[in-house]
Amino acid sequence: MHALESVSIDVRDGELVCILGPSGCGKTTLLWAMSGLHRLTRGQILLDGSRINGPRPQEIGMIFQDANLLPWRNLLQNLEFPFEIKRRKPDRERIANLLEATGLAGFEDASPRELSGGMQQRASIVRALAQDPSVLLMDEPFGALDAFTRDEMNLLLLRLWRETDKTIVFVTHNITEAIFLADRVIVMTPRPGRVAHVYDIDLPRPRTIDMTFEPGFISLIQEIKLTVESGGRHAVEVE
Amino acid sequence: MSEVPQELRDEIPSFEKPPAREQQGPIDWSALTSFQGARSALEIAVLLGLFAAIFFLLQGILTWTNTPAYVFPKPIDTVRTFFDDFTSTEIHALKVTCIEFLSGLAIGSTVGLVLAALLTLKPFAEKIIAPYVLIMVTTPMLAFVPFLRLKMGFGLWPIIIAVALASGPMVMINSATGFRRTDLAKIALARSYGASTFQIFAKIRFPLALPMIIVGFMVGSIFGLLTAIGGEMVAASEQGGLGKDLVYYSSLARMPEFGATILIIAILGVLIYVVFYFIGKRWASWEA
Repeated sequence: MHALESVSIDVRDGELVCILGPSGCGKTTLLWAMSGLHRLTRGQILLDGSRINGPRPQEIGMIFQDANLLPWRNLLQNLEFPFEIKRRKPDRERIANLLEATGLAGFEDASPRELSGGMQQRASIVRALAQDPSVLLMDEPFGALDAFTRDEMNLLLLRLWRETDKTIVFVTHNITEAIFLADRVIVMTPRPGRVAHVYDIDLPRPRTIDMTFEPGFISLIQEIKLTVESGGRHAVEVE
Repeated sequence: MSEVPQELRDEIPSFEKPPAREQQGPIDWSALTSFQGARSALEIAVLLGLFAAIFFLLQGILTWTNTPAYVFPKPIDTVRTFFDDFTSTEIHALKVTCIEFLSGLAIGSTVGLVLAALLTLKPFAEKIIAPYVLIMVTTPMLAFVPFLRLKMGFGLWPIIIAVALASGPMVMINSATGFRRTDLAKIALARSYGASTFQIFAKIRFPLALPMIIVGFMVGSIFGLLTAIGGEMVAASEQGGLGKDLVYYSSLARMPEFGATILIIAILGVLIYVVFYFIGKRWASWEA
């Protein structure tokens, strides 16, 4: 039994794509394979035409489910961790700018457990962005946050995305979040994981939380929900 | 929190305190670093008061019952002996014991730490070795001192080896517990930035294991000190040591000197605790 079966996804430069699906659909496996942290038994993943066989620290930044900060380091030391691994001098100016942009300035000396969940996850985004990767892979980063903090984080992510021009692949099981963020939502179904349907989201940008209450948005949520529940057959019938 | 009435303090959850965490090993590390800053004046007063009470109660009972000094030395005599020129005559013995203890600890803990780091990489090897380590932990190593004495003569080495054999497995068993807590997400984080195996060890696995390693060093040190003293009691080197003096003073029924020697050993033990308390506070407080 494979976690994934004949999945073919194409992400364009500068695009924000959400991979949406219930647990067990292999979306995390797929993302970890994209990051080079997980080896696929079959198939390949290409980044700008070159095959990914292992981690690509210069091009890919990975953001994990919980913020995954190192508890024995303070915030600034956590942000400098990737520089240490790469044996490079920390880019203090870039870090300071990102801390300012994410509202974390002044918390440099705080230990992770002194920060709220939202702040921790913002710190982990700063940690990834400080490396200036061209691709950000995000593995249900806001799954553990409350609804209000999640909205806040989604808006922040969109702002950072607009300012930095990254290509983002965002894995989530939250339909609203996926539609709100994405240019395209790739809906996956489980056992074995495969792509049920790809939805192009043509909501105007910049997006606001109010858009999530509009009838068009809500009917899209319903449709995606049906697609997931029917294992993809619903979407085919709609077409 | 200062405006909260005293009787309500325990009822109000405080978010300043770290959350409860799951028990990780055989020894509860949190007790070591859980003292939140300085004790209050009241706590210190009660602490000193209780100490004084025990001290003078014991003195009173021994005086009242006319207990002779060779049965149990009076606390005041013990303390007086400790502050007399006795201490300067004991400095040599203290030095010998410390050399034996520190050399043995250095050797034993280094071997224990390295073995723990290597073995936890190979779960199969760890399973095979584990029973022997357990046997070593529970074996009283000072029992080997007379035997080593016969083989190696009257130098310091037999006791150094016994201390190493007593402290090493303790360091190893706790360090192994620490190294076994591999946090896959944190290792994945390091790998995503291109970390080498050594970087993952130095920057993730070692810091993660450090609280347990410090516990291992503390317990191993105390085991080591007891083994050094015990080893000197059963078969001291030509140089003597605190353990030899214990045997000497007790055989002559010089109990105040005996008590004062015990006091020196107790201070050494407390010193070990204090040293590791501060090491833990500095390097492992993120966990408590």
